[in-house]
Amino acid sequence: MAKLDSKTPKGPLSDKWTNHKSKINLVSPANKRQIDVIVVGTGLAGASASATLAELGYNVKTFCFQDSPRRAHSIAAQGGINAAKNYQGDGDSTHRLFYDTIKGGDYRSREANVHRLAEVSTNIIDQCVAQGVPFARDYGGLLDNRSFGGVLVSRTFYAKGQTGQQLLLGAYSAMNRQIGRGKIKMYNRHEMMDLVVVDRKARGIITRNLIDGKLERHSAHAVVIASGGYGNVFFLSTNAMGSNTSAGWKVHKKGAHFANPCFTQIHPTCIPVSGDHQSKLTLMSESLRNDGRIWVPKKLEDAKAIREGNLKPTDLSEGDRDYYLERRYPAFGNLVPRDVASRAAKERCDAGFGVNSTGEAVYLDFAAAVIRYGKEQAHIKGLNEEDEVLVKNLGQEVVRSKYGNLFQMYEKIVDQNPYETPMMIYPAVHYTMGGVWVDYNLMTSIPGCFAIGEANFSDHGANRLGASALMQGLADGYFVLPYTMGDYLSNDIRTGTIPTDSSEFEAAEKDVKDQLDAFINNKGINSVDYYHRKLGKIMWDKCGMSRNEKGLKDAMLEIKSLREDFYKNVNVPGSQNEFNEQLAKAGRVADFLELGELFAKDALERTESCGGHFREESQTPEGEALRDDENFTFVSAWEYNGEPADAVLRKEELKYEEIEVKTRSYK
Amino acid sequence: MNLTLKIWRQANADAKGNMETYPISDVSPDMSFLEMMDVLNEELMVKGIDPVAFDHDCREGICGMCSMFINGEAHGPDRLVTTCQLHMRKFNDGDTITIEPFRANAFPVIKDLTVDRSAFDRIQQAGGFVSVNTSGNTQDANSIPIDKHDADKAFDAATCIGCGACVASCKNASAMLFVSAKVSQYALLPQGKIEATDRVLNMVKQMDDEGFGNCTNTGACEVECPKGISLENIARMNREYYSASLEG
Repeated sequence: MAKLDSKTPKGPLSDKWTNHKSKINLVSPANKRQIDVIVVGTGLAGASASATLAELGYNVKTFCFQDSPRRAHSIAAQGGINAAKNYQGDGDSTHRLFYDTIKGGDYRSREANVHRLAEVSTNIIDQCVAQGVPFARDYGGLLDNRSFGGVLVSRTFYAKGQTGQQLLLGAYSAMNRQIGRGKIKMYNRHEMMDLVVVDRKARGIITRNLIDGKLERHSAHAVVIASGGYGNVFFLSTNAMGSNTSAGWKVHKKGAHFANPCFTQIHPTCIPVSGDHQSKLTLMSESLRNDGRIWVPKKLEDAKAIREGNLKPTDLSEGDRDYYLERRYPAFGNLVPRDVASRAAKERCDAGFGVNSTGEAVYLDFAAAVIRYGKEQAHIKGLNEEDEVLVKNLGQEVVRSKYGNLFQMYEKIVDQNPYETPMMIYPAVHYTMGGVWVDYNLMTSIPGCFAIGEANFSDHGANRLGASALMQGLADGYFVLPYTMGDYLSNDIRTGTIPTDSSEFEAAEKDVKDQLDAFINNKGINSVDYYHRKLGKIMWDKCGMSRNEKGLKDAMLEIKSLREDFYKNVNVPGSQNEFNEQLAKAGRVADFLELGELFAKDALERTESCGGHFREESQTPEGEALRDDENFTFVSAWEYNGEPADAVLRKEELKYEEIEVKTRSYK
Repeated sequence: MNLTLKIWRQANADAKGNMETYPISDVSPDMSFLEMMDVLNEELMVKGIDPVAFDHDCREGICGMCSMFINGEAHGPDRLVTTCQLHMRKFNDGDTITIEPFRANAFPVIKDLTVDRSAFDRIQQAGGFVSVNTSGNTQDANSIPIDKHDADKAFDAATCIGCGACVASCKNASAMLFVSAKVSQYALLPQGKIEATDRVLNMVKQMDDEGFGNCTNTGACEVECPKGISLENIARMNREYYSASLEG
């Protein structure tokens, strides 16, 4: 098996990025005007990259499938964004953010990339404030911070429970400025259907206009994939309905390696499934674990009574509650990382302590925080701290100011008031750490094709820490890619405009058209969603929070046969040349049906447990994940070879120069 | 629950549309409105009828993509929610529910309940930004303290999701609430004040060019806004606009 070169610069870790930036080639302002760049996706990574590349002088074409770039799913990120500002003076530093992120990722991320991420994190906050992003502030007018899972400092900047919205609208505004100047040409309601490779280089894409179905050819000197993660392979996830893997998967099929597909984050605090009609799941931000305490009843009979509706959670005394995270992990308590919190919830529910009618839910309780804040406010205002009603009202006001929109969302979905009764939560698929393999310059294994944000794989290892996705998306888009891309494009200054009438464009467009025709002409018996739901069930049951050899082998076979059935029996109504949501969905589900199989294969081959990847065969006597560093300290990068089951494993060995690789403990 | 749905069907922008009636049965009160629409579409496809096209994406009330005018109200009868957050428990067994697209000259229908809201993007492109380069070479984020009250008001204005409910609810199809939310966000922050004059003039001009109507202070927009964007923002924009006009 051949090894992969990450092209990580030599030299001391903390100097790598600075030295690399000063040594790489640049493109002059005059030449930038001659170079075209395509960006697919307008989330934090895609929008920030588009804005910065346009500002530098490149001609940028940006594509999104939604009706506006502002709709990209980064908008739904809730809790916050990390940065090593150390404004709180609580011992934070670039090194500590770097260390926390590597450890949080269970030592399966690339050291140099993570250090660079920590280095540029502070720039992001400066940049966003300058753009008018309204972060939360304290009464002195300075920026406020809160804490997130897996760390012992408060380094998370936030805007209530809508941090992603505010950051994305900031990046969207930077893009709008460039669209107004004519430096970005924006294509809304356009879906990337394939990558065009000419002389082994990425030279353009084929798109479908989702309004009239027209196929279009777009050429460029480089193509950036910023299309997010593939969590919707599980059908039910916290992703948006349209979130898909197709751009990344098409690139994979054209020669880019796909890395660590089995590294998926199951987020511990989501609103539980309510019935078969469920179309998606809703996250309740990790920031809630700053103030919410997670528990289940201590006694099985109490859990049973609650499930049957004969007992209310507020009736249980403190002594009858099991705050299991505080019990198992005293150092980090409710703020353990997501993979640890999710598994702990599953363990309690599997043992029969789950609390809603399905038995798959635990409590997230704010009663203690309400009293704590209420007393504090009463003290500040010189009011009676012993007046329970007053304290409760004051405390609820504070909680509302911090998490108001999240509480409102919960109430609308569940029809219960979380100020009065604890929230019910359960883990759900949220984020994918795996993605298109990229080198240190964020370039995939296809020259000229780059991948940024959640679409790539490099920074979060086997588990992402909270508030780090926003950080990575903006770091890649604003501060990393615009530099590293110049190095590649410096060889293209004499190339001139790439023609779209070449045989490569011709062939790519024909392949796309053939697949669309096949869907429309299939006239099968089952809807696209029928297959998507079935795939999701296989993934959740066999590739979810815990995995084993037999289940994964079964999953591979089941997905393969489901895929065959899909091509035989799927029904896509309507025609190609119209607004046809079912047709768009069919293409996306077809790609999920391939990715799912590779996902299972990757999970099967990685016989260790690490981060969010939990193999039942590899655990400690206490049930914690047991890594196998000797055999698995590498990135699994899969090379496309026809059927997903035949993909070829290429390894990138992970070398840790600065960090001592240790057993991850949050006890 | 058993319901009768009356839904606007229109094949494309140029076609003539009409209301169609579809019965639907066994609707669970815990379903979201869009999940009910998913079930309807599955049933329509089985019968060989083209599924109803509607915009939706995040399904948690933040992306602003879902629209729908339900029983005469943008995003339906519940308050402070988008259509995707509306649940069927807000309706009763036997109800007839009328579902139409967001209607405005500036929001042409694409298909069925899907409309083109790109006019909103063009208004933002005319001035909804701070002209700062994204180089990262800006000053430290804490170098300018901002009064918490101003920062909070700027945040409240910035939570607009750009769904267009304000336009659909307004008898004049005015976009004043949408535009004023962005104008206010920046007018309240020191970083935005520098370009405040040009911004308000350019955004209002674009708004007028797109064919949105004027504001006659009926306040329907504020009532129907799923994010509770306040009319105060319109007052602030008017103030900004008049002072900018005098300066200009």
